[in-house]
Amino acid sequence: MYVAVKGGEKAIAAAHRLLAHERRGDLGVAELAPEQVREQLSLGCDRVMNEGSLYDRDLAALAIKQSRGDLIEAAFLVRAFRTTLPRFGYSLPIDTAAMEIRRRISATFKDLPGGQVLGPTFDYTHRLIDFALAAGVELAVPTEAEVAADAGVAPRVTDLLAHDDLVEPDGEGDLDAAPGDITRDPIRFPVGRDIRLQSLARGDEGYLLALGYSTQRGYGSSHPFAGEIRLGEVEVEFVPEELGFAVSLGDITVTECQMINKFAGSAKVPPRFTRGYGLGFGHVERKAMAMALVDRALRASDLGEEIVAPAQDEEFVLMHADNIQATGFVEHLKLPHYVDFQAELGLVRQMRAEFEQTRAAIAADLKEAAE
Amino acid sequence: MTLEPMRAAASAVLEGGPGEGEYNFAYLDEQTKRMIRRAILKAIAIPGYQVPFASRDMPMPYGWGTGGIQVTAAILGPDDRLKVIDQGADDTTNAVSIRAFFARTAGVETTTRTHEASVIQTRHRIPELALGADQVLVYQVPIPEPLRFLEPRETETRVMHALADYGLMHVKLYEDIATHGHIAKTYDYPVKVEGRYVMDPSPTPKFDNPKMDNCAGLQLFGAGREKRIYAIPPFTSVKSLDFEDYPFEPNKFDAPCALCGATDTYLDEVITDDRGGRMFVCSDTDHCEDRQASGHRGHLHVDGPAARGTVA
Repeated sequence: MYVAVKGGEKAIAAAHRLLAHERRGDLGVAELAPEQVREQLSLGCDRVMNEGSLYDRDLAALAIKQSRGDLIEAAFLVRAFRTTLPRFGYSLPIDTAAMEIRRRISATFKDLPGGQVLGPTFDYTHRLIDFALAAGVELAVPTEAEVAADAGVAPRVTDLLAHDDLVEPDGEGDLDAAPGDITRDPIRFPVGRDIRLQSLARGDEGYLLALGYSTQRGYGSSHPFAGEIRLGEVEVEFVPEELGFAVSLGDITVTECQMINKFAGSAKVPPRFTRGYGLGFGHVERKAMAMALVDRALRASDLGEEIVAPAQDEEFVLMHADNIQATGFVEHLKLPHYVDFQAELGLVRQMRAEFEQTRAAIAADLKEAAE
Repeated sequence: MTLEPMRAAASAVLEGGPGEGEYNFAYLDEQTKRMIRRAILKAIAIPGYQVPFASRDMPMPYGWGTGGIQVTAAILGPDDRLKVIDQGADDTTNAVSIRAFFARTAGVETTTRTHEASVIQTRHRIPELALGADQVLVYQVPIPEPLRFLEPRETETRVMHALADYGLMHVKLYEDIATHGHIAKTYDYPVKVEGRYVMDPSPTPKFDNPKMDNCAGLQLFGAGREKRIYAIPPFTSVKSLDFEDYPFEPNKFDAPCALCGATDTYLDEVITDDRGGRMFVCSDTDHCEDRQASGHRGHLHVDGPAARGTVA
């Protein structure tokens, strides 16, 4: 009579086996190696490292393979793995001025110390599907000049401009104060810029892109210029307690964006250019730029600007930036809700009965009045 | 409140040690568990108050019970016996998955029998059998803030709780009565804890609200995505919000359970055909099976092997 409508252990195990087959696809096609993902889908790995909040390219590549290319799912795998890692301490701040530069451009100055370095970019490619790639192509060897030339240590644009106070200097934060840590303390509003930038750094790229875009279309206009975007390797140093001096842990690749924004001044601050900041693991220009736009928009209350747009609303932006949380809560609607639904069904039935009663009563009244 | 249940509650919170295998006992590392236990102790000390905690990314998605899982992981000891239910049933997919998770990472004994369990993790229901003083009920909570749909900002709602400013909630309930003639809230029905904090009971049907009041067991609530833990210590007053002339009424059912004949339980409606046929059965599967085993019969009861899928 009553067939069990509820699932069980067997169904779950069977679903997992089926999923593994779906992941593998046609057995006649060679299996993908994580190293291939790491080397040839490197920008996907970079996104997963950012949203997964863990710098581990091999792990990101494996997660992409396991998640069948679903990058949010891959970031989720990385995040869950991250939870199990012991915390030794915090590294020293990285110095992006000392970056080994591979790409560095400024949209505000034609030339500047250290030069413009185009580097590996899609920017001036024509977006034509390259059918030759399907067959595999022989690579032209990059020339010496293209790789070396002006590359090397270059001062950051914002440091070059800081002298005359037309562009605001680096933040006046206390360098000795320990920054907050969103992975160790729940966010409480209003937050400092440390917490904001941490939240944005692991925030969803698409979400930040849309919010950043909205500021360009008049929702909290901030008149941005790309002061500088740089990509390259920086050294990460750590001071083990037992040694008492810094040791190098190795290099990581980061993308940094310094956005410069026109600012007419307010009661608090004189007219000058203000800044928004973006930083991410790997080569993530879109993310870093969007992050810088949103960071600047969220500085509204510091700068005495009126808060009128979604991108300026700290609680709104930061509470919804984490795509692991967002995807979980949206997708949890798939879980059974029949207990709640039953309660609502009962209420709607009751309200319907009351509605019919009222309507019948009104109809009776009208009939009586007509007679 | 007497001392004994508090001791039992405190020892339930403080137990738990390192385990073996590739992951730490019950998945989380000991530092994280300590942080969560501190939040739990604070929550017990301030009944109904939402304590922020540094929720971790768990290997299940947010919305699948990550808050409840972290609370359970923090209080579980090797001698505990765990029961997990979703919608009142032990055999719903997510309950199966969470039970398997702890069986694997903590190696604890699991059970589907309510009275045998020392820790019960639940989503959307409170078991029909009253909790004992040696039991802990862990709720999975999606939105811990009872005022959230009246005021979306956390900065505002925290102030409202601090000032015990619950006028907005009373106005909402009053407006329901003005519009519909009754309070149009059937689950997530707000309660006041120990005369102070208005609390969200998690999306349990309001049918279950009276079970929270003066309950012998410890009730813990975990919201992972929202990073909040709150608690109802044993024998705490929990009152569903209402008005003198419009008193609180739990959900009622017209029919008894079709399998065990119970008239005092929460029922699931099961559609049996495409011509409007339906039957009502207990949502608490363990309770229903217990009643059938002791000879209670509903009108659709079938003798022989259990009609429901059982959990291995």
